[in-house]
Amino acid sequence: MLIDDMASRCGEWLRGSGPESDIVMSSRIRLARNLADYPFIQRCTDIDRANIESTVRERLERSESLKDLTFINVADLELIDRQFLVERQLISREHANSDGARAVAIDSNERCSLMVNEEDHLRIQVMKSGFDLEGAWKQIDSLDDSIEEQLTYAFNPNLGYLTACPTNVGTGMRVSVLVHLPALVITKQIEKVFRSLQRINLVVRGLYGEGSQAMGDFYQVSNQVTLGKTEAELVQQVGDVVPVVIDYERKARDFLINEQQNDLFDRVSRAYGTLQNARQISSEETMFLLSRVRMGINLGLIGDLEIPKINQLFIHTQPAHLQKLYQSTLDTDERNVERAKYLKGQLKLSREGDPDQN
Amino acid sequence: MKCQKCEKPATFHITDLTGDELLALHLCPDCAKEYLQTEDSEEPTAPTMTGMLNQQLKLEQTAEDLKALDARKCPICGISFYEFRHAGRLGCPHDYVFFGDELDPLLVNVHGESKHTGKEPKRGVRDAESQTELIRLRREMREVIEQEDYERATELRDQIRTIEGEGQSDR
Repeated sequence: MLIDDMASRCGEWLRGSGPESDIVMSSRIRLARNLADYPFIQRCTDIDRANIESTVRERLERSESLKDLTFINVADLELIDRQFLVERQLISREHANSDGARAVAIDSNERCSLMVNEEDHLRIQVMKSGFDLEGAWKQIDSLDDSIEEQLTYAFNPNLGYLTACPTNVGTGMRVSVLVHLPALVITKQIEKVFRSLQRINLVVRGLYGEGSQAMGDFYQVSNQVTLGKTEAELVQQVGDVVPVVIDYERKARDFLINEQQNDLFDRVSRAYGTLQNARQISSEETMFLLSRVRMGINLGLIGDLEIPKINQLFIHTQPAHLQKLYQSTLDTDERNVERAKYLKGQLKLSREGDPDQN
Repeated sequence: MKCQKCEKPATFHITDLTGDELLALHLCPDCAKEYLQTEDSEEPTAPTMTGMLNQQLKLEQTAEDLKALDARKCPICGISFYEFRHAGRLGCPHDYVFFGDELDPLLVNVHGESKHTGKEPKRGVRDAESQTELIRLRREMREVIEQEDYERATELRDQIRTIEGEGQSDR
């Protein structure tokens, strides 16, 4: 099955490469679209939802340029598989937990995902590793064109693409950049950065979107407004501010290196030590410690680990991924034990695999 | 000097250094208090859309007007204004037209703009009315089937097929 194949890989946004990838994990754009001949989701009957799903699937499957997409029927999936897709950012939590006919189409690189029957009939998403909003926009723009050749979107010349929630109307576009800001958290400057972003109409969220806690010092910066600006302007609005945030984070890291070197080394080394030696560990603690180790690698404090390895550990230690790798369901306590075992094994492997290790 | 946010005299002169750029503000005591409070609050939360809408309605409508407005139902999807403002989600594309008088100021509040300037469907804007009509016809068909009016249901089915067929032929 597709999902089991995916489990051993990492997916695009954790590739750990691309511009500014020491601080920017991924760049993501989503477009909200609705079919013109159906009510919005809230007023859909079960039959409407099923018809939307089958219409979208049939039409898109006959398009040459969309051949790479694989449809997954989300309603039929086990809870753990839905959770797995959420952890990989291919579907939203709401999509995983809602009821009724719904699906997701994913390409083989996990760069594109297309949710059917989420808050809108279609939520198209493109992800790129590192800071590459231009690339993401180019790809999603052409994907949107290919889909539109097959389906009639709800569109009004004055208001643009019509969405179930008026806060998304117009472009229906959300541009988000996922940034790793551990030094701004340690130096307690993160709130200040958020406030200045909010003042220029940008939103800051945790790793898994609306209402989710900031896990492992990861934050998503995205646009709030969707109407009255072109897509290129929205890309630029977020694209202009991210380098400023990156610069703040680098300055905070420099400060820690120059002024609090001992403290910093201590934090990083303790984190690394715990990850290698713990006998049981929660997913929250793992994220927290991996975040510190990730920063340590980027600052050259840890020589025997690479960023892609850390990214792999980030995703594989999440609850659904861990159970997929273990090929069995585990309760929380069992997961904490298996997670510690997995981390220990993986970190030992990567140290032994490195000839420079002393 | 007048307050930058209202008409009262400005007696507070604030220089804000927390943002990217230096910000000079001249405010009356009330606006200054509000500004400084939002500055100090730990987590400034953006107002929700339904919150904005309710505030807008409170300012513009009497209780009776609001009651009448709440009862209005979209002829296409059947959602009432009351249902929309409680759930915060619209029922169909036509709601943007049908509830336009209430939605337009809300959109300006949320987005600061009211006109789309971005991308348009490549095939051009197709006949939106016939698409919307499909939503209404399917809904009516469900109702007449429930009432066991099969004659009308057959008529509706044919109308739906005709419009769907037109949509197919120009692909």
